Amino acid sequence: MTLAAGAPPIPAGLTHDDLRRIYYYLRLTRALETRLTNLYRQGKVIGGLYSSLGQEGESVASAFALERRDILSPLIRNLGSMLVKGARPVDVLRQYMAKAASPTAGREMNIHFNDLNLGYLGQISHLGDMVPVMAGIALSFRMRGEDRVGLVYVGDGATSTGTFHEGVNFAAVMRVPLVVMVEHNGYAYSTPTRRQAAVERLADKALAYGIPGITVDGNDVLAVYEVTKSAVERARSGGGVSLIEAVTYRRRGHAQHDDQRYQSPEEVARWETNDPVDRYLQRVTGAGWIGETDVAEIDAQVEVELDAAVADCEREPLPEPETALTGVFVRPATAPALWFRGLDG
Amino acid sequence: MAEVTYLEALRQGMWEEMVRDERVFLLGEDIGAYGGAFKVTDGFLERFGANRVVDTPISEAAIVGAAAGAAHMGLRPVAEMQFIDFISCAYDILTNYVATARYRAGLATPIVVRGPSGGYVRGGPFHSQMPEAAFFHTPGLKLVAPATVRDAKGLIKAAIRDDDPVIFFEHKFLYRRIKEDLPEGEDLITPIGEARVAREGHDLTVVTWSAMVWKTLEAADQLEREDGVSVEVIDLRTLVPMDTDAVMRSLRKTNRILIAHEDTRTGGIAGEIAARINEEAFEWLDAPIRRVTAHDTPLPYAPTLEDYVLPQASDVVAAARWLLAY
Repeated sequence: MTLAAGAPPIPAGLTHDDLRRIYYYLRLTRALETRLTNLYRQGKVIGGLYSSLGQEGESVASAFALERRDILSPLIRNLGSMLVKGARPVDVLRQYMAKAASPTAGREMNIHFNDLNLGYLGQISHLGDMVPVMAGIALSFRMRGEDRVGLVYVGDGATSTGTFHEGVNFAAVMRVPLVVMVEHNGYAYSTPTRRQAAVERLADKALAYGIPGITVDGNDVLAVYEVTKSAVERARSGGGVSLIEAVTYRRRGHAQHDDQRYQSPEEVARWETNDPVDRYLQRVTGAGWIGETDVAEIDAQVEVELDAAVADCEREPLPEPETALTGVFVRPATAPALWFRGLDG
Repeated sequence: MAEVTYLEALRQGMWEEMVRDERVFLLGEDIGAYGGAFKVTDGFLERFGANRVVDTPISEAAIVGAAAGAAHMGLRPVAEMQFIDFISCAYDILTNYVATARYRAGLATPIVVRGPSGGYVRGGPFHSQMPEAAFFHTPGLKLVAPATVRDAKGLIKAAIRDDDPVIFFEHKFLYRRIKEDLPEGEDLITPIGEARVAREGHDLTVVTWSAMVWKTLEAADQLEREDGVSVEVIDLRTLVPMDTDAVMRSLRKTNRILIAHEDTRTGGIAGEIAARINEEAFEWLDAPIRRVTAHDTPLPYAPTLEDYVLPQASDVVAAARWLLAY
């Protein structure tokens, strides 16, 4: 692909190829969630389904600012960040459908899984807990003199928890290489941010930890990339922790079953016109950085990949029941089956 | 051979493991420059440096969470709770994050969380707890509670080498009260999950651990002297995984069993041991299983109150006599 004649320079040191890849991950995230919604409606998703519709830009752009060796810990609406790190759509589908071949062998749900070699650590449901854990991972980088950075995602709701406070403070005091991404999407389940925190800007919380707090338009992909890149570079060069508040909006309910009665249709509609993927496309095609044919190719590629992923896992079995007893400990490797299971019914 | 205290044995064990394995590091409140509230880590900062002896803010959840994160990356953290009473501040991280990490996500989390535990020291409600039962119920956490100098060293070393998360209850009443000759230059390891016969006997079994082992041994001596009965004392040493076989072996010999622990009664570990005996060895019992435990109250400060609430050697004697007369 050659630069279109008269196109302005691409910001933030990104290349044409980077821009195409970012678009690929945005499209992949959205299309994978669309597939999941269909599977959910067919009753094939066993548990709840969590959508990041309208927030994909922030997830993809921030993860894209990391190097391959860096590690991130996503939150429930950061599927995009995991895909950037190399998580495979087929594994996401397996997780949601509780398949034996899922990364957690059917033990955990949705995007709660990890691959530390690829660079993502699965979350648990207790909000804020991943901040101290990621502080420890970043501490290990510093202790071993490794040139690596950690990125931890939390939502607006998690900033109210004790572990968020302890984790950010701990990391700040230790000056470990960590970036804290606060995804401010307006609601924690049904609770609006004004009921969650008395500060106007969640980035202001950074002040109390002695670290920089930056607010960015979370639906502006290139802006999020740029801000994250600079926080990552700061962490990498020994500057310590930064907190980024990405302002975005959760257009779907907390999970698929949520009727969203607390969000006005006007509010949701307003944010539909501020869609991060649409905005990104307008920007990169408008500037001539990506051609319409690139976009069409990527769209088609994503659908082909997802067709294959769905076909691969749909008929896979659930885990065998007795496998539930292994792996609580390294030793003993298996928990004993209880006595009544040996009885005739 | 050199005579050392329980505290010195812990210190030696951690020191040797830090020399042996550079992945081992310590983190906690006031452990570095100050050497720890009880001086368990005195001299470690000078020897191993600030990179491996990490003074932290007062943040138990962050200490344990960060230990878990570092462990995922291949390190072997030993986190100190300044008093084990404060481990409750890390309950969420320990039970939800650490205990499930291997099972739900295949994450290696070889951490040790250790701290001064237990009463008989006039520490009041928040510096005397033995919160073993709070973690006993959660699959995924190993619980260790040494009673002797040798096991203090042998078990802290085993805990640090163990590939699973271990909560290590060291008894502060024993820190400087007991001494033992330990061999120098020997790699002393007490395997996790193995009980010890602290005293052989044939008339009655007492299952116990930690500082209660010493109260029980005192009681057993008195019973032998005054009643001519022979009491077998089983020191569990590890609560999870529990050496139930050792308990059953002893019961099959004595047919009478008492379980003694310093923690409160309701929901205490004695209840679980009694249930296992009932399920697996009912026909070996000549008398009901009985418990000697603390009363179901917070632990009060005044000596008269603390001594009343906590189980004493005299309580073990009285309970043993009841069982032997049954």
